[in-house]
Amino acid sequence: MRRTAWIAGCALALSIVGTGGFGIAQAQAQTTLRMMWYSDGNEGEVMNDLLRRFEDKNKDIKVVLDQVPFKAINETLPVQLASGQGPDLARVTDMGGLAPYLLDLRPHLKDAAYWEQNYGPFLEWMRVPGNTTAIPGYMTQLTVTGPFVNKTLFEQAGVAMPGANATWDDWAKAAKEVADKVQAPFPVAFDRSGHRFFGLAVSQGAKMAEVNGEPQAVDEGFKRAAKLIVDWHKSGVMSKELWGSVSGTAYRGANEEFKNAQVVLYESGSWQTAQFDKTIGDAFDWIAVPTPCGPANCSAMPGGAALVALKTGTHPAEVARLLDYLASEDVAGEFYARTLFVPGHIGLAKKGITYTSASPQAAAALKVFGDAVGKLDPVAYHIQGDPNSRIVFNAAISRLGQVVVGETTLDEAYQRITADVAQQIAERKKKQ
Amino acid sequence: MTDMMRSPEAAARRPAGLVAGGVQAVMRLTDPPMRALQRLIGAARMPYVFLLPNLVFFGLFVFLPIAINIVFSVTGGTALYPAERPYVGAEQYARLLDCGSYLDPGSCREDLFWRGVWNTLTFTVFQMVAMVLFSLGTALVLNRPIRARGFFRAVYFFPVLLSPVVVALIWKWILQRDGLLNAALTMAGGQKILFFVDPGWAMFWSVFVSVWAHMGFYTLILLAGLQAIPRDVYEAAEMDGTRPWRVFHRITLPLLWPNLLVVLVLVLIRSVQVFDEVFVLTGGGPGTATLMIVQYIYTTAFANQVQNFGLAGAASVLLGAVLFILTMIQLFLTRRRSR
Repeated sequence: MRRTAWIAGCALALSIVGTGGFGIAQAQAQTTLRMMWYSDGNEGEVMNDLLRRFEDKNKDIKVVLDQVPFKAINETLPVQLASGQGPDLARVTDMGGLAPYLLDLRPHLKDAAYWEQNYGPFLEWMRVPGNTTAIPGYMTQLTVTGPFVNKTLFEQAGVAMPGANATWDDWAKAAKEVADKVQAPFPVAFDRSGHRFFGLAVSQGAKMAEVNGEPQAVDEGFKRAAKLIVDWHKSGVMSKELWGSVSGTAYRGANEEFKNAQVVLYESGSWQTAQFDKTIGDAFDWIAVPTPCGPANCSAMPGGAALVALKTGTHPAEVARLLDYLASEDVAGEFYARTLFVPGHIGLAKKGITYTSASPQAAAALKVFGDAVGKLDPVAYHIQGDPNSRIVFNAAISRLGQVVVGETTLDEAYQRITADVAQQIAERKKKQ
Repeated sequence: MTDMMRSPEAAARRPAGLVAGGVQAVMRLTDPPMRALQRLIGAARMPYVFLLPNLVFFGLFVFLPIAINIVFSVTGGTALYPAERPYVGAEQYARLLDCGSYLDPGSCREDLFWRGVWNTLTFTVFQMVAMVLFSLGTALVLNRPIRARGFFRAVYFFPVLLSPVVVALIWKWILQRDGLLNAALTMAGGQKILFFVDPGWAMFWSVFVSVWAHMGFYTLILLAGLQAIPRDVYEAAEMDGTRPWRVFHRITLPLLWPNLLVVLVLVLIRSVQVFDEVFVLTGGGPGTATLMIVQYIYTTAFANQVQNFGLAGAASVLLGAVLFILTMIQLFLTRRRSR
């Protein structure tokens, strides 16, 4: 009896060791990829879901989704990358600025032609100047700037909404009239963001032309837009609480104010649709309207976020397999549909996405933004694709914020913006 | 002899004896190598041996970063590793100090640095005065035999335990457009005040919140000083019929001076280094009205699109130099006073 128990014990111990050993061997064979991710809405949940499905089909790859605030993507990730310590993949918006750190996956992708065909125009944003072939990632969303309007406030005020092809001045006047009648504190709100400012500036004729490879930030169109912003603050069309209440390049949105029905017209962009759909519900009627026109055009600014492979990763083949899966038409289509994002995939954009989870308001807003993509001016694409665009955006927002609160004049701001941009580009060029 | 047969005192002494025995055992173990080392390097050098572990940590985490910072300040570009950065000499310092007039930040090449300098100076002056006055006043009150003295001491100290970010967020919620204070103002028939849009209000609340958050700590230092003043001095003054103001001026203040100087030095250093509370509360705005030097350094090094570690390093070195000079002045004054 004792002998039998001893043999059974040994057998059990061996089986445990054997299973453990097998487990260790399996763990050793499994590659772990780290993906840095930020979310505006539900895209983190959707991505998690897609990753679990990918892992079920690819037992040798485990993907860890590190969800971080957007600020970490903008401020922490570049430092990590500069020190060579970044993740395998990251969802980024400053594609041009981070281009030197992006990994060209072309040698590892199953079908590079598919990528070129469906993501081609946006791949240019991810490449270092002079490179025409690299495929570092795909667009998780294409964004378009544009205004959201609180329709209920217009109805309560009894003011007619400006029609198609209305100008920025028309909208500013109407929004002020509504705000005065219903006591709304924010007639017009712009995100405190250089990108949003350029949504206005492009329509005013800003070109950000390049001279000797460097962007000329301040041109006549830029000045017209800057003057509009400053004048709107002086006349009460815009409140200083957004552009004036923080300093430097700090982003400040008006999401909360819009959700609380304090804003008549909110210039933001397509990425807010899912959030408003979820949080506003039937509290009031809101719509997205086509970008107002300026003397040059009625263009918005394109932008977006891309999921990119990074040179700091050590598993390019596995990263390529993951991105081949996520960027495939079916999976990307599901992602765009569930997150209510404008697709950054040419094929899907042509076919159209069915946003099954969207309310009629959200679906209508997405239709407006989708239509806006077709009206984007080539200058807007050029500005977004410029690797130095973020430097210009930040300089613009920082210096115009000072003008808004009366610290400096517009002329001084123009000089400072030009100097800031030149100095930062010069610093970037300094090499040992 | 068993424990039962021992006296209670002897039983109580037993654990203490065990500890002492343990210490002696360790001493016996370390004694021979220490004696050998002393023979080797001499008794005069032995203190350095005992200081060495602390110096190693201090060197690694204080002196080495300072040295790296200085290296960054004389290099340029965006590379992170010092070896990859081009040497630019004093270019970053020249850029920071290039001004038409130091009194007018607008005339400076790096105007935001000078706006930060002036804002920090303003903040420091107001914060020092307010902090010392309120801490001293509170300590004097809490030193008196008032009812629930322990409770009030705890109440004043409680904010010190909070994280600066939490403090700033709480006050932000109170002060924002639809915050508690504006709700109270409108309920009282007043108008809402946009505190974070007006430069004067923004600076006022930055100072106020900082004083509110840290006053308890300085009150505690001053309270300890007040309690160390011998009672018989006050009793003698009372017998002489000295007036309260004269007692405060001639007895309390001079005897409290060492503690007050400690408070002044600590408040000064902390004020110049201020960042987290003001950054979360006002974001440096409106415009640049509450942009402090440390925020300028942070923004230049990390938040700007092109992360200019060299310029930020140079600004840090200048800030460090100013702090060093101020501390030396304070120490000099302390020593002169104590002599």
